[in-house]
This record gives sequence, C-alpha cells and structure tokens, in this order.
Amino acid sequence: MYHKEKSIQIKNSASALYNNLGVLRIAPRRLTYFTVVHANVVNMVSASWDGLNYSHRQLQSKEPNVATSTSLIMQAAFCALPSRDLLVVTSQKGIQMYESDGSIMVYWHALDTPETPTAQAVFARGISAVWENYICVGVSSGAILVFDIPSKGSNITLSEVLEEHKESITDMASECSGSQECIADLVSADDGGNLCVWKSGEEFQLLNRIPGFDMSCSSVKLWKGTVVAGYGTGQIRLYEAVTGILHAEVNAHARWIYSLDIAPFSGLLLSAAEDSLVRVWHLTLTPETNSVEVAHLHNECVTDTQICGAKFCDGDGYAFAVTGYDLSEIIRYTQS
Amino acid sequence: MSSRTLPLLFINLGGEMLYILDQRLRAQNIPADKAKKVMNDIITTMFNKKFLEELFKPQELYSKKALRTVFDRLAHASIMRLNQASMDKLYDLMTMAFKYQVLLCPRPKDILLVSFNHMDAIKDFVKDTPSILSQVDETYRQLIEMYTPLSSGDFQLIRQTLLIFFQDMHIRVSIFLKDKVQNSNGRFVLPTSGPVPHGTQVPGLIRMFSCTGEEVNRLQFNNGGSYTSATREGSFEIFGDRVTKLGTNMYSVSRPVETHMSGTSKNSAQHTKVNAAPNPLAKEELNLLAKLMGGLEVQKPGNADSGFRVNLFATDEEEEEALISRPDELSYGVINIQATKGNAELAKIMGEFTESGDQSPSASSKGDDLLAMMDGL
Repeated sequence: MYHKEKSIQIKNSASALYNNLGVLRIAPRRLTYFTVVHANVVNMVSASWDGLNYSHRQLQSKEPNVATSTSLIMQAAFCALPSRDLLVVTSQKGIQMYESDGSIMVYWHALDTPETPTAQAVFARGISAVWENYICVGVSSGAILVFDIPSKGSNITLSEVLEEHKESITDMASECSGSQECIADLVSADDGGNLCVWKSGEEFQLLNRIPGFDMSCSSVKLWKGTVVAGYGTGQIRLYEAVTGILHAEVNAHARWIYSLDIAPFSGLLLSAAEDSLVRVWHLTLTPETNSVEVAHLHNECVTDTQICGAKFCDGDGYAFAVTGYDLSEIIRYTQS
Repeated sequence: MSSRTLPLLFINLGGEMLYILDQRLRAQNIPADKAKKVMNDIITTMFNKKFLEELFKPQELYSKKALRTVFDRLAHASIMRLNQASMDKLYDLMTMAFKYQVLLCPRPKDILLVSFNHMDAIKDFVKDTPSILSQVDETYRQLIEMYTPLSSGDFQLIRQTLLIFFQDMHIRVSIFLKDKVQNSNGRFVLPTSGPVPHGTQVPGLIRMFSCTGEEVNRLQFNNGGSYTSATREGSFEIFGDRVTKLGTNMYSVSRPVETHMSGTSKNSAQHTKVNAAPNPLAKEELNLLAKLMGGLEVQKPGNADSGFRVNLFATDEEEEEALISRPDELSYGVINIQATKGNAELAKIMGEFTESGDQSPSASSKGDDLLAMMDGL
C-alpha cells in the first residue's frame, strides 16, 4: 500500500521523546517543514515537494536572558491557526514560540523552576492549537497553559491555566476534522493515562474526564468527536469524547506507543512504537448507529529503530514520515 | 529531564565496570588476595555513605566527560592502575553495555530489574566481607525505597533521560557482535519476536464495543512479527528472581572482554562537529562534581610492590596502538577545570588525585598516562 521514498537527512539524530516529529505543509510554496528534537536542539528541515531542495536550520533551547544555560527540549510542534502558523518548542525551562520557519522567536514563557532540582521534574510537554486563537501547552505539574494568540505580532498572553490533571501532561490534541458539529474541541492526556475533554472559549470548559489505568497515555488525537489514545502497553483505545464510552480497543504494538496521527479527510490512523513498527489503520464512524469501526491496513518495520515520531504529510494520508531514536534521517512513505 | 536518573546510571555503569575488572584480574593471573583487595576497595568506595548521599539528591545528569572523571577516580580507588587506553576501553564497554540494557529492557520500569541484577552480582562479589555487604545492602534499601513507588511515566522519563545521555554512541563491542545483538554499524538489534513485556498483549486483535459495553466485533490482524505472551514479572524485592538477564555478568573465561574500536563512518562527521562546539562544563556542574567526588576516598598505593597495572588489551603493544589509533571523535578528552579559589574543594580533590598518580608504581612508564590525563585538571 505504501512504499519507501528517499529519506531526508537531518543534522542530528532524534531523541527518544513522544511525538518527536513535526510536519507543516506550506502548500502555496510547495514545500514541507519538518522538525525533530535532538537533546537541546530542534533540527528543522524545509523540503521542496520536487525533492530537489532541502534547507536546514537549528534552534537552541536558550532562555532569552541567560546565555550560558541550555536545557533539554521535550517537544517541538507546529500550531496551525486560521490566521498564522507558529512553531512551539517546550523544554525544561519554558515555552518558546517561533514563526513557523523558525526565523524569529515571538514569545517566551518561563516555567517556575526551583533553584535546586526537586524529585519532581519540571518541563512543558503536549502542544496543541485550538480553534481560532488559542495554543495550549501542558506542564509536568499537570497544569495546562492556555495562550491567546493575536492574528499577528507578538502580543501573546497567558489567558488561562487549567488544573484538572494531577500527573504530568503527555500530549494534547484538538478536533482535527474541522467539523463545527463537534462539541468537544480539545483532549489532554497525562502520565496516569487520564484524559480530559474540553470545550474551548474565553473560559475553557471541562466536558468529560476519562479515567486511566495507571499507564501513561503517550499520544492522543481527537477526530469527529472520537478520542484516539495510545498507551505504554502498546494498546490503542477509542472513546466517544463527551460520554467516555469505549468504542474499540486494539492490541496494536508490542512496546510503548510513541506517536499517533490522523489524516482527517480519509480517517486513516497512524501508530508508531518502540517495537520498530509503524501501522496504518482505517477508522469508520457511523453516526446513525453511533459506532466506530477499526480496520488494519498496513505495517512498516523500520528495522532496529525505536520509533519516536510518525506523522502524515497531508490531510488524506497519502504520505507519512517517520523518525526514531539515534536516527539522523526522516524516512518517508508514499501510497503506491 | 528526570532528576532521579544519576543513581541508576552510576550503579549500573559501576556494576558493568566490576564485571570487566573481575574478568581482567582473572585473565591476567593477578594473585587472588590482590584481586580481592581491588574489588573490595572499589566496591567500598562506590558505596561510600557520604558519596551516595550526594548521588541520591535530585539532580540533572552530568556530561559524559564529568561522569568519565568520576569513573576514572573510582577505577583507581585501589592498588590497581589503568593507563589511558585501557581506561577508555573500559569506559566504552561499560557505557555500551548499559546502553544496550536501557534500550532493550521491555518496559521502562525494568531498568530497575537491570539495576537489581547488577546489585545482586555486586553483593556476590563481597559476600565474604560483612562490613562491605551491609554497605551495599543499605544502598539496596535506598534504591527500593526511592524507585519502587514510581509510576510507569516516571520510569519512562528516566529511560528517556538515559537514552539522551547515550545518544549517538555506536561503538562496536565484539561480544555483542558475536552474539548478533549488535550490527556492524554499531546499532543494536531490536527483535520483533519473543515475549511481549509484562502487562502487554500480543499485538493482533481489534475489539469493538457497543454503547452498552458489549463486544460486537473482533478482528485479527497480521502483527508483522512473531511475538509470544508475556513471561512472569521479575521481583522488585531485595531478594528474588529478576527474570530478565539484562544486567547480569556476560563475561566469562570463554567470553573474554574485547572491543572493536571504531566510530561508524556515517556518524563520525557528526561527532566531530559536536566536539568542536565550545562545551565548557557549567559552573554548577563543577560544583556538584566536586561535592560528589569529595565523598570518594581514594586509597593511595602503599609501596611499589603492592600496586599493579591491569590491561584491557591482550598485549601492551595492542594497548599502545589503541591509544594512538583511537579516532578523535571517540576521545573523551580531558576535563579542563580551572581550579580557582571558587572551587577549592575540587582543587583539593584533584590535588589528591595527582599525588596518588605520582606514587603509582608504573608512573615512570605506562602509568604516565594517568598523570598526563590529569595534567589539565
């Protein structure tokens, strides 16, 4: 179903972090941006669709004021809002927001870090753009920071802090189908596997809480009102967001899942894990019977690689990209 | 990332070091009483109370160079001396072995079972010396107290922190190559067969439910591997069967310590680049290192007769050759510490270090390397 394309070389290898691959399509310029985190550096590649041009950029996790101190980066993700695209980088020290090409840092938010390290690590992880003008970022304390993003300029403000999770946030996702009918528009996951379903707005509203089972939920997606969650057990679970009804349970991987992605137009689901496998699934929703069907379509094995990032490159799921721990390349697969 | 990583890194690397030294002491026919003294001295130093107090405090991991300095000092805690080429090789073997264990452990939590395998073996090394044994047992209790309550997510963060520490290290180790668990490019083999981790189901089943929770459909799919169901879980108690073999002693008379020393060509450019960037140790790290090493007591060799040198190579010539031919990108280099008044404690420690090197029996010949290495301190 899919075949391997020419890989994209990156300047440094990928670190073993959840959802460690960012992809942004810039259709008017016929190119795609990719980001991969390596320790305290974000490797960024801009690749033209004809495969002829690659340009590289590296972003350091530097606090704006302290020149010497760098910290480890937890995640880098593109946030596509209707008015603008931003690249958000989270680390042990705080949250950086860049223009999507990485050229200018437009905002910096410092985390409260204790002077001497405490047993509880401090970091930000879990990034999602929500609706018209919000970007939400998770924190190790369990808090979710909601930033209000103006349509241009750097006047970004912290508008709300959501404190429902008791454990470190692992991932966050907004409704990706673009459907106006869905009530829920954000889902957040934590290290205990707990999921919170939110309705965005000037004040975010908690719609539902789906309890975990003491196993991290490392990656989460929200599509047509269905939460798709990947866990450390290698399982994928599909819940109805607002009711928490379990629709499907898949014994998907033999090791910890690191990344999920959905192609919203086709309902294709991508899952990737430490077991070196990437799998493609197809989700079908039948609103009349309120049921969800899951079908397995395809396996790709990236031999001897613990996969840490996997993303579709377009809304139909025509192509996807993968990277793994200690790997200095982004491998691409395209439908044949 | 996780501030609880350093104790596990230190204990597991230390455990691997002891396995290798034990094997080399036997292979070089070092008299049993001297070999015993070396093992006991190193274990006593490793589990020194003051040292462990510092180690167990929440903190970030040290840089590779700083940790290498700690292990240099530990390896020389007794009457045995290693020159630079042997020390490099020892450190390569230790780090690659633990990288393998961290990468291959089925669940992040199993890093603790790997550590317990090392601790069990260390206890066995000192089983005839009650005073040291009780020291090790004390640390065992500390490990259990600190780590067993942690969640799966906490362990994954520890594992990810360790994997960043070991990132881009692709040194080929002959014992791994022979066992076919490492490829010629230095990457470890990840099997897509065998038992799944405890708590994980064999992939291949999709179950769908109705709104009332009834299972309405069940589909099988091809999982692309040949997995079997999970084996029983290892014991997280002070005594017990750890089930996993990761972290046990893989060396024996018939499986001696050897290395192939080569970076992979693909990654060498990258290494050089990383090394070329200015990488001064942060001041805070130096202070932590000084505090940590303040707890490490180094025994000075009494007289020229009692000390001896251990070689990680078959012959002295091979050892010399290894030192000369070691690729630059694999060089740990020398920690360049400006021992100014701000760092009096460290200066004092380093002073002791140099002094002990000075008196080393082989200082006039191959022992020079230790001095040379420490010159920059």
